[in-house]
Amino acid sequence: MEIIERIRQRDVRAIARLMSLVENNAPEATAALKELYAITGQAFIVGITGPPGSGKSTLTDQLTKEFRGGGKTVGIIAVDPTSPFTGGAILADRIRMQQHSLDAGVFIRSMATRGHLGGLAKATGDVVNVLDAAGKEVILVETVGVGQDEVEVVKTADTCVVVTVPGLGDDVQAIKAGILEIADIFVVNKADREGADKTVAELQAMMGLAPGRSDWSPPILKTVATQGQGIAELAQGIFAHRAHLDRQGLRQTRQRERSRALFLELLQEQGTRRLLERASANGTLEQTIERIARREMDPYSAVEELLAKAGL
Amino acid sequence: MTESRGEATQASATGREVNDTMSEARKIRLLVAKPGLDGHDRGAKVIARAFRDAGFEVIYTGLRQTPEMIVSAAVQEDVDAIGLSCLSGAHMYLFPRIVELLRERGVDDVIVFAGGTIPDEDISALKKAGIAEIFTPGTSTSVAIDFVRTHVRPRP
Repeated sequence: MEIIERIRQRDVRAIARLMSLVENNAPEATAALKELYAITGQAFIVGITGPPGSGKSTLTDQLTKEFRGGGKTVGIIAVDPTSPFTGGAILADRIRMQQHSLDAGVFIRSMATRGHLGGLAKATGDVVNVLDAAGKEVILVETVGVGQDEVEVVKTADTCVVVTVPGLGDDVQAIKAGILEIADIFVVNKADREGADKTVAELQAMMGLAPGRSDWSPPILKTVATQGQGIAELAQGIFAHRAHLDRQGLRQTRQRERSRALFLELLQEQGTRRLLERASANGTLEQTIERIARREMDPYSAVEELLAKAGL
Repeated sequence: MTESRGEATQASATGREVNDTMSEARKIRLLVAKPGLDGHDRGAKVIARAFRDAGFEVIYTGLRQTPEMIVSAAVQEDVDAIGLSCLSGAHMYLFPRIVELLRERGVDDVIVFAGGTIPDEDISALKKAGIAEIFTPGTSTSVAIDFVRTHVRPRP
């Protein structure tokens, strides 16, 4: 396959085109992903998540500068929401990342959620794999602005950075519950604003309420991303977390969990699709649904019957 | 430039249609870029918004882009089209340079169109240089949207 060879040679156009094929669910994409899978798993993947306007893009930009300074190549995936009314999207994260636009060691790709919930686009994991196969050493995945439980990034990233800002309300409302649990590192960005120390204190108090996490205690770091303040410390924090994962063999554990999630998701998706294709082939699916609606048949038996017919 | 929401409301008449719009297999991706040094991006933002409302994925890169930056973003984002907006008067240099850089990188399936304060006498020279269409002030956004829909190159 020509595209595989071009991706191994880090051809930017081939990488970009494969990403589009992946996003569009094209059959060629699956074929290419199969070929490339063996050489993925090399990159270190960092998720950046947090509420809208917390400065995720600027932090991503600054972290990229820091990693480039350390000689690492960087891939960035920036996700923005698709409008549920029009299916269109404005992807504007690149505005904050202009300083890297001519650096051959940085590849930036904007993705729209296309209706997928959870803070990422459905194809984000596959696009990460494309960047990984293309030799990017660090991959930054910036989620859409999230609220309280869009935590899918944890399935993709080795290290999750949760960003907040001072003044979001008592008890750091926006990062309660789900988001709190996925943080490997907390960042209080815009820390030159009033209330930064209060936000840090609240986060510390919240972590005190959620004991029992492994032997990694998520650090809380203050940054002013627009001025580059605290970025070196954040990069160090990310490397420290990576060292922790390696020391404990946790990277393999996370990769195994990720593989499980990916495999089960594909199985569920394709298994369901094929079953439905078979079941609807001669109109039986609609007939069955009609019978269930008329209470002539119960849905539980209907499912059992369908699966039995498929030999399951 | 007023009728940007018309198609939007039609598409969202029922929940099911909303869903279909969201997961439609082939999205047209457009880069809206502002080459040159003028600081006026209202036109670019209006265009970005109108194309979004027409169901496009619009990548907007902000002000003061060099032709090299625009082409680099277009390649990484694998866009189908580039819309340029320039109010600085430097369009006779900037627009053809962008087409030239695309050709140098072997990109032949991206259409480039432009808008802004372009004098009539420059239009034919720009078209000769490879700009597919020029939309001057007062053009309805729907004209530009139809143009791009009709002219994007088919891709898998």
